[in-house]
Amino acid sequence: MAYSPVPDTGESERHVITVLVDNEAGVLARIAGLFSGRGYNIDTLTVAEVDADAHTSLITVAAIGTPMVIEQIKAQLGRLVPVREVVDFSMDIPHVEREMALVKVVGTGEKRVEALRLSDAFRARVLDTTHSSFVFEITGASDKIDAFINLMRPLGLQEISRTGVTAIARGANTNEQE
Amino acid sequence: MSRLKSGAQIVLQALIDQKVDTIFGYPGGAVLPIYDELFSSEDIRHILVRHEQGAVHAAEGYARASGKPGVLLVTSGPGVTNTITGLADAMMDSTPLVCITGQVPTPLIGTDAFQEADTVGITRPCTKHNWLVRSVDDLPRILHQAFHIATSGRPGPVVVDIPKDVQFAKGNYRRPTPEMLKCYQPQLKGDETAIEEAVDLMLSARRPIFYTGGGVINSGGRACTLLRELVQMSGYPITSTLMGLGAYPASDPQWLGMVGMHGNWEANHAMHKCDVMINIGARFDDRVTGRLDAFSPHSKKIHVDIDPSSINKNVRVDVPVVGDCANILEVMIKVWKDKAVRPSGSHEVEDWWAQIEQWRARKCLAYQDSGNVIKPQYALERLYALTANRRDVYISTEVGQHQMWAAQYYHFQEPRHWVTSGGLGTMGFGLPAAIGMQIAHPDKLVVDVAGEASALMTIQEMSTAVQYNLPIKIFILNNQYMGMVRQWQELIHGGRYSHSYSESLPDFVALAQAFGAHGIRAENKAELDSKIEEMIEIDKPVLFDCRVDPHENCFPMIPSGAGHSEMLLSADPDERTAVSKEDKTLV
Ligand SMILES: Cc1ncc(C[n+]2csc(CCOP(=O)(O)OP(=O)(O)O)c2C)c(N)n1
Ligand SMILES: [Mg+2]
Repeated sequence: MAYSPVPDTGESERHVITVLVDNEAGVLARIAGLFSGRGYNIDTLTVAEVDADAHTSLITVAAIGTPMVIEQIKAQLGRLVPVREVVDFSMDIPHVEREMALVKVVGTGEKRVEALRLSDAFRARVLDTTHSSFVFEITGASDKIDAFINLMRPLGLQEISRTGVTAIARGANTNEQE
Repeated sequence: MSRLKSGAQIVLQALIDQKVDTIFGYPGGAVLPIYDELFSSEDIRHILVRHEQGAVHAAEGYARASGKPGVLLVTSGPGVTNTITGLADAMMDSTPLVCITGQVPTPLIGTDAFQEADTVGITRPCTKHNWLVRSVDDLPRILHQAFHIATSGRPGPVVVDIPKDVQFAKGNYRRPTPEMLKCYQPQLKGDETAIEEAVDLMLSARRPIFYTGGGVINSGGRACTLLRELVQMSGYPITSTLMGLGAYPASDPQWLGMVGMHGNWEANHAMHKCDVMINIGARFDDRVTGRLDAFSPHSKKIHVDIDPSSINKNVRVDVPVVGDCANILEVMIKVWKDKAVRPSGSHEVEDWWAQIEQWRARKCLAYQDSGNVIKPQYALERLYALTANRRDVYISTEVGQHQMWAAQYYHFQEPRHWVTSGGLGTMGFGLPAAIGMQIAHPDKLVVDVAGEASALMTIQEMSTAVQYNLPIKIFILNNQYMGMVRQWQELIHGGRYSHSYSESLPDFVALAQAFGAHGIRAENKAELDSKIEEMIEIDKPVLFDCRVDPHENCFPMIPSGAGHSEMLLSADPDERTAVSKEDKTLV
């Protein structure tokens, strides 16, 4: 507890931030530790190598905080030695965001038919099927996935696996350092 | 191709190439190969401490008094865990350290081997960066990067964890190359437009104040010289944080004394009422700002800092300038001169100075002296009076009331002469820090202003001081209380002094003798001066048991949850505003 509470009266926002890092041991722990240690909220976090030759990975974080906290999150990320670049897509960068989910729905009869019908409307793919179950693959913005999951709930939703959000800038522009 | 070296030899060669001549350490199984190399080394002096925490604080003292990185060497497991307090301390106070740790052999990592600890995991949040060296081929690069990262940008501690098999393995040594250092390139130059905007704001000020911090000292001697030039050119008042004392000479009339929880009346009021605040290398720490929504409500704020994450962290600023303050101060001075629309000391800020003189006239550091009992403030006034004529006195402190009194009553003219644990507030810091300071300045007077409780936390390092003939002076203001704790209990917890009495204290004079050091006790005012003289004269480590008034409190004080304008000058209940229930939860 600080000597005096921070009068941070801003409204919380969700920001999608990508972090280009050197792909070295422990780098994910540094990022995760920074969020837990400083009490920042992570909504989703994804990580994968993006350039094997340059040994870089891209971490995408969806973080929730007031504008002041989001600014701190970016500055604190930028301070870590293996971090090469931090991009906040939610700050006026035209971009696309996608997330993938695998959704298992178990049921028979009416509900099963309805689940299949809805999955079609959402352009979900059927990856696996038995007489009593489906595994759907759905890709889209997070709110679309939320909507699909909510519709599946009364129809026998059993299990969900989500990747977390990933993002990229629109158009020919890249956000990578030259 | 050069001849192959063992990992341990590579460590020593890297230290030599990094111009390290002294390291602090403690041996153990996982660092034996490196100790074996030290056995025959003539280039590196090893100081054997008595506890690894002592090694870190000594390295911190060395670094802060010399401007060079502090280096230490410890073994795996308990060796490392004993360093954590010191690493966290160095992290908070931006002190450059390179901590080399032994690790169990690579094949044993993860097996709960004897003296295995997840060193990079444990030290991650309290280092600027750390590495586990998995191959001897990576060792030279990592070691050079370690020094680069510890010392550049905002300095800090780094840990290089070297498994024992890597210390034995043979590899090629490489000297530092620019390529290796590309991994970390902090921004050093300030944005010129921002600097110009800052200077315009400074020139438009009617109630300006410089608020400076440890960043100026970390930047180096040039930054301190430039700061003096800019402040004097402007004619503006200047205050500083605890960490920044000495960057600007305390004898100068523009100096208002320290800011913050136990800062000067005039400094805190000027911070509260100013219209332009010029923060150079300070971080709006909570000990300085007090209640944030009451902090300097009417000012525009300029913030010069090398760490972008310090900008807008606690306090929103109007003109941020990221970069090394020496570079930025240089440009500021140039821009100021170009715009020289008025001579320095002109009447624009005359009213402001008149107001400041009124605050000054409150003489906030005045205290009720007594006939014969030594007041702690008096002891420090005498220490200052009897040592200040000697050039170059180096002061460290422990943590508590004595620390704040030392900051208030000892006046610093030069940077790097004041070494205290600011951010972490680590009791036990000052004694080992004094060892490091004495090693950095063998011929100078080094005094640790201590409390009796703090001194006992790292007292074992007296043995180190004796072994290496380091004539450090441990000047204990013995009030028989954890005075700072007692003060808070008095002010906030209804005088219920729960476990804050220093029970069963050792006889410090006998203790000094047991260590082979010199012990002195002063019990009344009459004998104080001669005893202080004795302490200065004797060429040995000294434990000085200065018996002071046990009930004295440290003022001025900004109580929990209060703003700068709500400072207390004494324990007088009439003056005291009740601390609300909510504010009691604050630290
Ligand atoms: C390692 C550590 N433990 C606990 C504290 C909390 N603390 C702050 S000041 C203080 C009392 C210090 O007593 P002493 O060294 O006698 O100094 P005094 O305040 O009496 O001058 C304590 C316990 C601390 N700062 N550091
Ligand atoms: Mg005490």
